[in-house]
Amino acid sequence: MKALGLMVVVVVGALLLYAVGDFPAWGDPQSPASQHEISRHFITQSIPETAVPNMVTAVLADYRGYDTMFETVVIFTAGLAIIGILGMARLTDRESLKPMAETRPGDRDMIVINTCRQVIPIMQLFAFYVVAHGHHSPGGGFQGGVILGASFILWAIARDLPTALQGIKPRRIVFLAALGVVIYAGTGVLSLAMDAKLLDYSALHGFLPPAPADAVPNEIMARSHGMLIVEIGVAFTVSAIMFGIYTYLSSMGRLKGGL
Amino acid sequence: MIWQFDLIVLVLLVVTAVISLHVKDLLSASMVFGVFSFLICLLWAGMGAVDVAFTEAAVGAGVGAVFLIATVFNTTRDSSD
Repeated sequence: MKALGLMVVVVVGALLLYAVGDFPAWGDPQSPASQHEISRHFITQSIPETAVPNMVTAVLADYRGYDTMFETVVIFTAGLAIIGILGMARLTDRESLKPMAETRPGDRDMIVINTCRQVIPIMQLFAFYVVAHGHHSPGGGFQGGVILGASFILWAIARDLPTALQGIKPRRIVFLAALGVVIYAGTGVLSLAMDAKLLDYSALHGFLPPAPADAVPNEIMARSHGMLIVEIGVAFTVSAIMFGIYTYLSSMGRLKGGL
Repeated sequence: MIWQFDLIVLVLLVVTAVISLHVKDLLSASMVFGVFSFLICLLWAGMGAVDVAFTEAAVGAGVGAVFLIATVFNTTRDSSD
């Protein structure tokens, strides 16, 4: 059986390696993907159309905003599923399965806690920078949200779960995650209400103060600001769900003790 | 892309993949898996896909490894190991 498995792996691996030979070379301007009209449109028109220097974010949050909206919903749903399943486990008697390593407040290392006290604000500041600057430099809602969630996770590791959950109650985790989806979808619905297509942020130009004649027109700036708003929505969902997954996963849904 | 850099990263990728599959201790396997993610992140960055590299570093090497370790802490060691 083991030899059969190895044979399958070797054959599939050889086929994959053989197929790699047909790929266009890295960065080849003659490759089908680079020659397609839409690729040229994104490269030449994304700054004139959206005033966003980071082309990746312009495609992600504007041209293909519909995709990203449901990616956010996928993360929200996955988090809810994990919280729901492990939350159920808390209701049934799991206490007898494994003795819990109870931690007392004085148990934890002073050096670890004080280092985390210094590091976590910097992490959170960097997370906000990544979210807010996502349309001008690499980054955005997903990355910034993960970093923000990781800062809460670090606090939960350094202390214990009840201490970390004093700031964010378990109920509020789900609320914040849902709020992120509502911010994203709400932006889309708002542009729908302005007689434009769903997630067409240029319809939101009426909310901006009038632009001077020599500046970028409001219709274009509205797309830039619209991307920022949906990135903030994504960051809400991702950070809340990351922290939620950690709290439920590390304690098997009991929300007690530390790692 | 610099081929020397690529060669080192790709060799280390295979090495970390084999180690994380073969090592008995699940905690070590999760740690090595985090290293694997980080090496892929370097590969993305080398190819100029900075946004993807950023996501890989934050999600794969950061939070993914933490989730794995948090799960490993809740497992019990089988006596037949």
